[in-house]
Amino acid sequence: MSKVSKKVLLKGNEVMVEAALSAGCRFFAGYPITPQNEVPECMSRRMPEVGGVFVQAESEVAAINMIFGASATGTRCMTSSSSPGISLKQEGISYIAAGELPCVIANVQRGGPGLGNIRASQGDYFQAVKGGGHGDYKLIVLAPSTLPELYELTQNAFDYSDYYRNPVMILGDGILGQMAEPVELKEYKPIVTLPEKDWILDGCEGRDPRVIKTLYLYPSDSLAVHNAHLKKKYEQIASELELFEEYKTEDCELVIAAYGMTARIAKAAIRLARDKGMKVGLLRPISLWPLANSAFMRLAETAKKFLVVEMSNGQFIEDVRLATECSVPVEFFGYGGGWYPTPENILERIEKVYTL
Amino acid sequence: MNFCRTESLIDTVTHYCPGCGHGIIHRLVAEVLDELGVREKTIATAPVGCAVLFYNYMKCDIIECAHGRSPAVATAIKRLLPENVVFTYQGDGDLAAIGMAETIHAANRGENITVIFVNNAIYGMTGGQMAPTTLLGQMSTTTEAGRGNNQEGPPIKVCELLSMLDGVTYLERVAVNDAKNVIKTKKAIRKGFLNQIEGRGFSMVEVLSMCPTDWKVSPLKAAEFVNIDMKSVFPLGVYKDEDGQ
Amino acid sequence: MASKQAKIVIAGFGGQGIVLAGNIIARACVKEDKHVAGMVSYGAEMRGGTANATVIVSDEEIASPFVEKPNMAIILNQPSLDKFEDRIVSGGLVVVNSTLVMRDVVRKDIEVVKVDALEIAKWLGNARVANVVALGAFISKTGILKMESIASAIEDLFARKKAALIAINKKALQEGMKVASRLES
Repeated sequence: MSKVSKKVLLKGNEVMVEAALSAGCRFFAGYPITPQNEVPECMSRRMPEVGGVFVQAESEVAAINMIFGASATGTRCMTSSSSPGISLKQEGISYIAAGELPCVIANVQRGGPGLGNIRASQGDYFQAVKGGGHGDYKLIVLAPSTLPELYELTQNAFDYSDYYRNPVMILGDGILGQMAEPVELKEYKPIVTLPEKDWILDGCEGRDPRVIKTLYLYPSDSLAVHNAHLKKKYEQIASELELFEEYKTEDCELVIAAYGMTARIAKAAIRLARDKGMKVGLLRPISLWPLANSAFMRLAETAKKFLVVEMSNGQFIEDVRLATECSVPVEFFGYGGGWYPTPENILERIEKVYTL
Repeated sequence: MNFCRTESLIDTVTHYCPGCGHGIIHRLVAEVLDELGVREKTIATAPVGCAVLFYNYMKCDIIECAHGRSPAVATAIKRLLPENVVFTYQGDGDLAAIGMAETIHAANRGENITVIFVNNAIYGMTGGQMAPTTLLGQMSTTTEAGRGNNQEGPPIKVCELLSMLDGVTYLERVAVNDAKNVIKTKKAIRKGFLNQIEGRGFSMVEVLSMCPTDWKVSPLKAAEFVNIDMKSVFPLGVYKDEDGQ
Repeated sequence: MASKQAKIVIAGFGGQGIVLAGNIIARACVKEDKHVAGMVSYGAEMRGGTANATVIVSDEEIASPFVEKPNMAIILNQPSLDKFEDRIVSGGLVVVNSTLVMRDVVRKDIEVVKVDALEIAKWLGNARVANVVALGAFISKTGILKMESIASAIEDLFARKKAALIAINKKALQEGMKVASRLES
């Protein structure tokens, strides 16, 4: 008899489903788009088994608005898509953020702009961390780099979302969604004390009617006041939530800054560089918003240089420059359009910038 | 007969123009909620358009939706809270232009919701632009020569369109231009809600309504416009009734 | 570090069970508590033509899930040999389905194991198990996983919907093994 392992082999897209269901997600609406199709497929099969609701929406626009409605009932809910579909969801995301409705949105990024291709990409960084839709709002953005981490962060995303009453985005990519890795399906345990949802719509029996709205037309219910409230909330999140990982940074002269899949590949490059005697480390933000600015600043004081590796023409690098306040040179290695780095070509770039 | 204040309406002054049909339709919906005793079980959606401030007038839980997205929002709410009463209140731009996809698909899925569709053939809130239901030859701020002279196409007839869908339960077009029609409208709205309560599926009541301000006519002329011009393009009646009464 | 990793590519045309073979290997890894990362071609890539799956098997944490230069390959048709022959690292091993691959492997620095996989599968009564015949030879040759783990993974994968196919797949696995051991002697 083979050894009993608690781990199961799943694709990243399936991992998200299992994590979401374990965390009590009971509503999913989505629309097919490669490379995230396993999410709605798996949800359509699994959601009825746990007594939840799955809807294949007529569009990403409808899907995100179903999330708007589902969240208003207090139900933990989720939608997923890939880059072009996430663009379509931006209107709804702005409303959800404005209405302070919790939900989880997964973006299994693919190459863009436009229809792009179906290979992995990190070209939606700006869209994810800078807003994406209209108006002043922020998403909490989490970027897992392994499937066990994807499982854990998806569970946690529901907690952050309920705790802060804010949408949370899981920013993955085609590789993370499509690759298979063993994952232990750990039982869900809330990581925060969850507040009571005293704002949900379920009929006004025994209480005053409630309204969920995003229009603030009159001075009497000033939009400025609402925005000030949101700003305060975002400041609170930024002060409380800074997730990052450091790898071999104790003595490093060159810091590779990368997130998600790129960071994972960079780790292999760092091992190769270390074998060659180069002091290279990795700073991997796990929350992209809020970004762990203090960790960047701390390493900028000891390291000589940063090297940003990302699967885009250069987006994350702008925040690295801001986070390090341009106190050290920040080099770049990345291409847009569905390119991914190998450990070898990151090593090549390390060798080039290390001595300069 | 005892005339008293409708419980489901909030005692306040509305922002609607003199002669507008929204006030009448709000009142009819409120009366029906009262009579069916479901106010405290009801969750409504507010549209984008003149009725965006619906929640200032109705005494029930309300979610204000993005333009045209009410049917999607209502879909999720009703699926999760099947014991509650869920209805959308939408104008012609909301339902038949920007939200047409959501409308058609919610209808075709047979979502067990009630849709109150107010058709006044114009964009009111934004100041009188062409609506998907604006009549041929009707002037608006974006069809100054009258609709149809610059490839706008004819008005969209929503009841007729949705009647093609097998998933739909009940479609009726009514009007609020005079007392007789107001009474018929209330009957239709009541049926729309009863269908939902009895689990019969998707019901939509299209209400032809007046917009004197953006039609740039007197309230009296506006009622006439509904009665003569609109009804000739949008004939009143039941377009679908799966129970066949 | 790199030497401890088996970087496997499995390639053929759609319908040859490329993904299934990768899945069997990956599940067997889970049973043996090995680190594993699998990728399959997806979307438009897998419509009409070649498909491939890659699997990394390792005793250590796997950083990059990509297989740029495989050190092991299971090649089920000729276009796949054309595509992957040059990418295999020197000293690597390739199992070739010689029923469908008409030409010889040109490279002299890689070990070639020819298996008449499709013929054997037909002889067993189901052409579709050619992938598992090749897999049997592959596991027997490389020894990266225990044959019991592979057999057990096959059971798991077929148990839900196609339990009737477990027996023939196990038979295919055995036949593949036999071919490989015959080649050895």
